[in-house]
Amino acid sequence: MATIHIDGKPYEVEADDNLLHACLSLGFDLPYFCWHPALGSVGACRQCAVKQFRDENDRQGRIVMSCMTPATDGTFLSIDDPEARAFRAGVIEYLMTNHPHDCPVCEEGGHCHLQDMTVMTGHVARRYRFTKRTHLNQYLGPFVNHEMNRCIACYRCVRYYKDYAGGTDLGVFGTAANVYFGRETDGVLESEFAGNLTEVCPTGVFTDKTHGEHYTRKWDLQFAPSVCQHCALGCNVSPGERYGEIRRIENRYNGSVNHYFLCDRGRFGYGFVNRKDRPRRALARRDGERRAVAPGEALAHAANLLKSARRAIGIGSPRASLEANFALRALVGAENFFDGHAALEGALVARAVQILRQGQVRIPSLRVMEHADAVLVLGEDVTNTAPRIALALRQAARGKQAALAAERHIPAWQAAALADIGQQQKNPIFVATVDATRIDDLAVETLREAPDNLARLGFAVAHAIDPNAPAVAGLAAPLAAAAQRIAQTLLAAERPLVVSGTGCGSACVLEAAANVACALKARGKKVELALAVPEVNSIGAALLQPADAAAHDLEHALQLLASGAADVAVVLENDLYRRAPRTRVEAALKNARLIVLDHQMTATAEAAEVVLPAGSFAEDDGTVVNHEGRAQRYFQVYDPTYYDAGAAVRPGWAWLMDLRAQLHQIAPDWGHFDAVTAATAQAFPELARIVEAAPNARFRLRGLRIAREPHRYSGRTAMRAHLSVHEPRAPQDPDSALAYSMEGHHGYEAGERPAALTPYAWAPGWNSPQAWNKFQAEVGGHLRTGDAGVRLFEPLAHSTSQGYFARVPEAFVPQPGVWRHVPLWHIYGSEEQSARAAPVAELAPKPYVALNPADAQTLGVGENMLLDVSLPGTALRLPLKLKPALPRGLVGLPAGLAGMPYVAPGTAVQLSRVNVA
Amino acid sequence: MSARLSPETHPLTARIDLAAPLDRKGYEAAGGYRALRKAVKEMAPGDITKLVKDSNLRGRGGAGFPTGVKWGLVPMGPDAGRKYLVCNADEMEPGTFKDRLLMEGDPHQLVEGMIVAGYALQATRGYIFLRGEYVLAAERLNRAIAEAQAAGYLGKNILGSPWSYELFVHTGAGRYICGEETALLNSLEGKRANPRAKPPFPQIAGLWGRPTVVNNVETLCNVPHIVQNGAAWFHGLSQGKSKDAGTKLYGVSGRVKRPGCWELPFGATAREIVEEHAGGLQDGLKLKCWLPGGASTDFLLPEHLDLAMDFDTIAKAGSRLGTGLITVVDDRQNLLAVLRNLEEFFARESCGWCTPCRDGLPWTEKLLAALMRGEGRPGDLEALEQMTRFLGPGRTFCAHAPGAMEPLQSALKYFRAEFEAGIARPPAQAAA
Repeated sequence: MATIHIDGKPYEVEADDNLLHACLSLGFDLPYFCWHPALGSVGACRQCAVKQFRDENDRQGRIVMSCMTPATDGTFLSIDDPEARAFRAGVIEYLMTNHPHDCPVCEEGGHCHLQDMTVMTGHVARRYRFTKRTHLNQYLGPFVNHEMNRCIACYRCVRYYKDYAGGTDLGVFGTAANVYFGRETDGVLESEFAGNLTEVCPTGVFTDKTHGEHYTRKWDLQFAPSVCQHCALGCNVSPGERYGEIRRIENRYNGSVNHYFLCDRGRFGYGFVNRKDRPRRALARRDGERRAVAPGEALAHAANLLKSARRAIGIGSPRASLEANFALRALVGAENFFDGHAALEGALVARAVQILRQGQVRIPSLRVMEHADAVLVLGEDVTNTAPRIALALRQAARGKQAALAAERHIPAWQAAALADIGQQQKNPIFVATVDATRIDDLAVETLREAPDNLARLGFAVAHAIDPNAPAVAGLAAPLAAAAQRIAQTLLAAERPLVVSGTGCGSACVLEAAANVACALKARGKKVELALAVPEVNSIGAALLQPADAAAHDLEHALQLLASGAADVAVVLENDLYRRAPRTRVEAALKNARLIVLDHQMTATAEAAEVVLPAGSFAEDDGTVVNHEGRAQRYFQVYDPTYYDAGAAVRPGWAWLMDLRAQLHQIAPDWGHFDAVTAATAQAFPELARIVEAAPNARFRLRGLRIAREPHRYSGRTAMRAHLSVHEPRAPQDPDSALAYSMEGHHGYEAGERPAALTPYAWAPGWNSPQAWNKFQAEVGGHLRTGDAGVRLFEPLAHSTSQGYFARVPEAFVPQPGVWRHVPLWHIYGSEEQSARAAPVAELAPKPYVALNPADAQTLGVGENMLLDVSLPGTALRLPLKLKPALPRGLVGLPAGLAGMPYVAPGTAVQLSRVNVA
Repeated sequence: MSARLSPETHPLTARIDLAAPLDRKGYEAAGGYRALRKAVKEMAPGDITKLVKDSNLRGRGGAGFPTGVKWGLVPMGPDAGRKYLVCNADEMEPGTFKDRLLMEGDPHQLVEGMIVAGYALQATRGYIFLRGEYVLAAERLNRAIAEAQAAGYLGKNILGSPWSYELFVHTGAGRYICGEETALLNSLEGKRANPRAKPPFPQIAGLWGRPTVVNNVETLCNVPHIVQNGAAWFHGLSQGKSKDAGTKLYGVSGRVKRPGCWELPFGATAREIVEEHAGGLQDGLKLKCWLPGGASTDFLLPEHLDLAMDFDTIAKAGSRLGTGLITVVDDRQNLLAVLRNLEEFFARESCGWCTPCRDGLPWTEKLLAALMRGEGRPGDLEALEQMTRFLGPGRTFCAHAPGAMEPLQSALKYFRAEFEAGIARPPAQAAA
């Protein structure tokens, strides 16, 4: 700790911080542009100038940049010094010489860091009277808009995009007052994390194009604290709504999870909420014709189906909340509940849950992953399955720079010096996967093997680390050598990390990864094991499964229906066609009567007798459990009936509760959301703490609910005028402590608003995302009230038995004429909900089949030629993509793409060339 | 340049032959590479650094930082790893052409300087970062390096010692900012030529993150002579005219009778340089003011001509010695036009990294242009004065903008009326 004196008063700060960081952490308002908590200091913008004095007697002082000055013990500085203030206002005036002052038509207006900083410095009058330089803008793809004339040349965009996110296609061109930030030519930004530019850019150069297409000022949006729905990492988001549509997703700071950054799927994948073809009325089939019916009629219809059923089963969903799944389980009974994963996937997720439960090693949050100093990625293409992990691993690799700088006593915030000292040096990352990945550039070594061989590699690494771990017989020499290298590197590290997941469809790979981590722990290493699972609530849904999970996989459910043992199925937010082969689903549904609750008109919903329109994450409250076992709450953003009184969209749990009540002729027992959460927690001891994921509906601050809308929210009396000139009462929210109103609590003061109930970032003078400063205990660190969410599993202090997995698979050997299927994941397209958003769909690949070029040659086919792909029960004709990294004997099919059927990983596939007549 | 200079009084330029510079044999016949032999065979690296410290050799690039002190900051010893010596030959200061003379006229002298200095630092590699337009210098330096290599003065185990060292010429792509040593390092690494923050200083983390010394051409050319003749001899070269030791390449550009560059004892007066060596101003012209050492130094007046041209004396008069090459402004020149031209140069050559420099310099240039056209407005002088403060030392990221402000602030001090004349009078006043 160090004592620094700011305008005459002493403060305790961290000695290894810079003065800007220290001042902001103390709550002072000090303007800045080029500095960013995640990017460090470079001293470019000169905006954070303060006056520094030699000692208490020095009256002269000198102007220094606070971001570039260490917070040394005994520093005397003044923020308020007239010369420092005048200089800071002067810097704004310089920046503005070329700025177009187009705030009224700029998408950044109202959450613009440049506006905030301008006001903060007090610069009001322009003296510059000469011409401004202008630029041409570029097309950067469907996500990010480019308006270079607004640029103030803070260099944050390129520092984020290139240095932080590892992008190579955005740079700075030109010099002097003519610097240009863009691509060499127009084109879609390549980075999967490009959307963060919209928040990193302090002004309106990079803005959210999807937002621009239905633009609303930040102050006119209604927000709720929410959790991203598009993978299992649980990044915190701030969806903003107006006129019954989600208008944008902004990052919601969680110091343990996503902190400042999201992936583009998470940020731009919200369009599924706004789709016109969503079921918004209850539907029921009568006499072969399905039509909209009153909610009561639909419920009665569904209840009658259940009453008359021989046996009714419930198929839940890994993309639905714990509460909704639990409500389904309560409706059909535990013995009839299925968590809704595809059979194989469910087994893999169950294995991940088993590893969590065993608690042998710690499962890291995203933030913890960033601090690893050696990483083994085994089997998982994280960029495409759990994208934000890829960005975290990039920071782990970059950690080497800080370590090298520290040896020379250079503090970690000296961003440019770190890069100069570190140059190309990285912490070691091994990427052992089925195909090439987007993080190969980070790797000291990449290995491309079939899943079974990846597992064998992992088992061998574990054995090399701890001889008590099972050995691998007959391992090929190159893999054995690689295993030694990996083992040595991980053992040499202080904070090794193993990353794996369900993506390559192999339980052996998961087990091998767990063995590596356990072996490192046995050798006394502080190791972490991150396992990517497929969906937002995969872990949560699996935790609701009965212990005999095998009897509750989807295959079994379909079997029950196909055989007639069960004749009614209630399907919650699940499209069965995405989880089993079409023939299997059709066989099951042929004899069954189907009740579907969903917010999307899926193929399964199309087949239903009754469709109950469930709320999406934007119209529902729920708890989801992320990959690390962190239970997090998302809240309803808006009331879908406010603009559409006829909308019957209700939370899934509420439909299911009412259905149960109707079925048993009882009164609905839960009444509101908290009761469902409490019932879930009570039924599952492991989930006991989910009630702590967020304060309950009775929570008040100073007697107030938390306002979902900024206090400047405008137009409430007019926005429904086209429906009725009589303004209705604002919707009431019995389910949470949030209000559908601008009235309520907006405060940010220390300890005031819990992180889980913070819908958006705003503080006086801070309208941009940089307002999160005011919510953090230390700038860039954890939130003052603690980061949102509760971790349900913590590792055992001491490992009990070693408990190594012992099932080492046989080596994969290509078989002539038969190809082993491996799923290939795509950040845009593989995930169901985001793929229903137009801009994401635009970037999704078309269905294809992938082969190693040598295998293609044996078939006599080349790139883009058509292949007949023969699967059990299905035949496809797909264009070929040559993938040189894909091992021979494997056939890659894109997972989850629209137009692709479900294919179980590992399926034997036959291929033949299409002979054009 | 007279061919009959004595190496005793003109160590740097006695061997200069611009038409046909000495090859290795000729250079050695004229006493060359003896310092190298002495250094490598008889001296420990630390001895050389100490000798250079004792000689009080100060950097000839403009800042005058003691060379030995700079070298002394470099980590030494067997564990120090890769180290670099970089010669800043990106001579682009307006009005400055001294390094060109040295490189074109006696390339082996710089090569020897680079090797001896490299030995003192135990550097593994040396780079001469050369202004791209100096095509002839590049050709001659490359030839000299090849000759030195062939003679075993470069490469593995130089002169039988355990020390190995390579030397390369790297030609710049034409940015003034590359003369800033850390921008030079970025450029050499293939990055944008933006200066780096200090600390860390290049001696600790320079080229490719390794310890690096950057020295000017003239500075390095002095090193072999100091090694050969000693510190006392070097002190004696300035003949008591200055506290600064050695000789200095001085020069004059502008409308004088004989523009040129001369090696003189450190501390020669400006009058001696302008009136004797350059022959005074052309007939009919009177000296109005002068820049002592490049475009980024403050103007001085005719009354300052008798000052010794050394670091401290010129600093005391309110300017900087800079490169020591004088630019004269005569009474027929429009001072605002001179300034506008200078500021246009600085605005164009800004790297674009920090705000005051990138956006303040074009504004400065536009204000000067408006004043030149008689379209100035009340407040413009105050705006320019604010510019000289807000683009001053410590306010900007590097010394580029503060350098640009030096001629402006001194012009405002000495010739304010000429600025005021550029402010448009209201029509009523103009008619009156």
